[in-house]
Amino acid sequence: MKASVRMRAVLVSTASAGLIAACAAQPSDDDARSRAEQIFRESFTHGNQAMLARVERQDEVQALCSLYRNEPPREIAAKIERTQAATIRFPAQGKLMGDWRRGEQIAQSGYGMRFTDPDTKRPNGGNCYNCHRIAPQEISFGTIGPSLYGFGKLRGSGEAVQRYVYAKIYDPQASVACSNMPRFGHNAVLTEEQISHLVALLLDPDSPVNR
Amino acid sequence: MRTSGMTPRRKALIAGALAASLSVAAAAQDDTQKEIERYRQLLAEGNPADLWEARGEVLWKARRGPKNASLERCDLGLGPGVVKGAFAQMPRYFADTDRVQDLESRIVTCMVSVQGFSPEEAMKNPFSAPERPSDMEALASYVAGASRGMKLAAPLSHPKEIEAFRIGEQLFHRRAGPYDFACVSCHGENGKRIRRQDLPKLDDPKDAQKIFTTWPAYRVSQGTVRTMQHRLYDCYWQMRHPQLDYVSEASIDLMVYMAKYANGGTINAPGLKR
Amino acid sequence: MADPMRIRAAMDRGKVDIKVLMAHEMETGQRKDAQGKIVPAHFIRNVTVTHAGRTVLAAQWGTSVSRNPFLHFRFSGGKPGEKVSITWLDNKGETRTDEATISG
Repeated sequence: MKASVRMRAVLVSTASAGLIAACAAQPSDDDARSRAEQIFRESFTHGNQAMLARVERQDEVQALCSLYRNEPPREIAAKIERTQAATIRFPAQGKLMGDWRRGEQIAQSGYGMRFTDPDTKRPNGGNCYNCHRIAPQEISFGTIGPSLYGFGKLRGSGEAVQRYVYAKIYDPQASVACSNMPRFGHNAVLTEEQISHLVALLLDPDSPVNR
Repeated sequence: MRTSGMTPRRKALIAGALAASLSVAAAAQDDTQKEIERYRQLLAEGNPADLWEARGEVLWKARRGPKNASLERCDLGLGPGVVKGAFAQMPRYFADTDRVQDLESRIVTCMVSVQGFSPEEAMKNPFSAPERPSDMEALASYVAGASRGMKLAAPLSHPKEIEAFRIGEQLFHRRAGPYDFACVSCHGENGKRIRRQDLPKLDDPKDAQKIFTTWPAYRVSQGTVRTMQHRLYDCYWQMRHPQLDYVSEASIDLMVYMAKYANGGTINAPGLKR
Repeated sequence: MADPMRIRAAMDRGKVDIKVLMAHEMETGQRKDAQGKIVPAHFIRNVTVTHAGRTVLAAQWGTSVSRNPFLHFRFSGGKPGEKVSITWLDNKGETRTDEATISG
C-alpha cells in the first residue's frame, strides 16, 4: 500500500473509530481512476460505438486537466499551453476576420456531434450563447464564460487582436491551460472559416457586439 | 361585468396604471427572475407529474408479468412492500443483489424477481416518446412521491457505497470528447447558468440539497416526467458523448457522488422543470 | 380512455376554488414526428363545469393550450359536500367526465 494511502488511513481512523472498517477497503486514487475508466467503458455499450471510440480514451490534455481538477501545477500548465499553441492552424488565405452575420448564426447554433445529429453536410454550430453574452439583442445567454459584449470596441480590430481571438477560439488552452472552453478548432468542431466569422462577430466595428 | 365608458376618472386610472407598469418595465432584470419564480410557484399547484404519480400507483399495485404478481412485495430497502421513505435512502447497497442500486435499477430488479419479467422486458422502454408512454417514469414518480417532505439520507457506509462514491467522483471530473466537457464543466461553480437555465454546483450542499431532491420531475420541454437516469443520459448527449446505458454502473456511481452533497435536502419529487 | 383528471375542490374565502389537471396530449397539428410526418391535431375544444344542475364555467380552447392542461378558477354558490362535475370534449369527439366533492 502506498505511504500516502497508509498515512491517510491512520489519520482518519484516529478521527473516528467507526470509520476504521470502511477505511481499510478504500482504493487509492490510482485504483479509483483505473476502475473508473473501466466502468466508463462498460457503461456506454448499447449506443453509437464510433462516438464511444472518441470518448473512451482521453487525450493527454484531457487526462491531465481531469487529474489536476483543472488547476495544474505551473510547469504542467506551461507545457499544455506550449504544446496546444503549436497545434493552432491559422487560415491558409490569411483572412482572420470573416462575416459577422455568419458569425452570429454560428454562435446561435448548437447543431452537431450529438448522437441525434445525423451525418449530413450541415455545418456544426459553436454553441457560443450557451456560455457567453455576445450581441445585446440576445437576452438568452449563459454566464459560464465572461460577457463578450463590446469586445472589439474595447480592444480594436487590428491584426494582433484578430490573431488573439482566432487562437482563443481555435484552442483556448493555448493561453489558459485547462480552460473550461472547448478547443473548437483543435477538436474539429468548427472549421477555420467558421472561426474567422466568429472573429468578425467579436471584432468587426459593424457587428452588433460593438455598436 | 358593467361597462361604463371612458369617464375622466377611468382615464386617470388607466394613465396611472400605464405609468406604473412602464416604471416597472424599466426596473432591473432581477424582477424577471422573481416573476419566473412566482410563475413556477403557481404552476407547482398544477404539476402534471401528479398524473404520473397516480398512474404509477396503479401500475405498482397491478398484477403483471409471467408471475402475475404486483410490485407490492418489492423490497426497496426498507423491507418488502414498504414504499414510504424508501426513495429517501437511495442510492444504497442491497445485499440480495450485492451491489449499489438507484431507484430505477431497483424497480427493474423487482420487476424481474417479483413479477418474472426478463431484464430486457423490464428495461425496454425507460424513456417515453409522445406515442409510447413509459411505465418506468410513472413507477419512479409514485415511489419518489412517497418520500415527499422527507430528508434525503442516502447511506455512505458500506464499502461498495464508498467505492461507488470514489468512482463517481472520478467520472464527475472526467473531461472527454470534442467539447472537452466533464460534469464539472457546467456544475462546478456557483451562480452560473447555461443560456437561461441556472446550474447547480453539484458538490456544494447549498445547491445540491435544493436541486438533486427535485428529481424525477415533469419537464415542460419534454411534455413528460423525466427521471435522474434520463437527466444523466441527456447531459451526456449535450456533452457530445454517446448514449449512456440505462441503469449502468457509471450512472449509479455518479448518483452516489451527487447524493453525498444532497443529503439533508428535503425531497420535493416529482418536481416541475422547464 | 384517457387518464382520470386530478381535481381539487375546496372552499376558500366563501367561494369554491377548483384546481383541475387534465391528461391530454394537446397536439397542435403543426408538429412533425421523427420521420418528418405531421402529427395530427388532437386537442380539447370545450370544457364544461357544472354544479347543482347549472353550468359554472364553459371554456372554448384551441391549439395554444399546452399538453396536460391545468385549470384554476373560483365560483360562488357551492357548499362543502356538494359535487362538481368537469367534462372535456376534444376535436376527435373523445370526451371525459370526472367528479369531485367540495371539501371544507
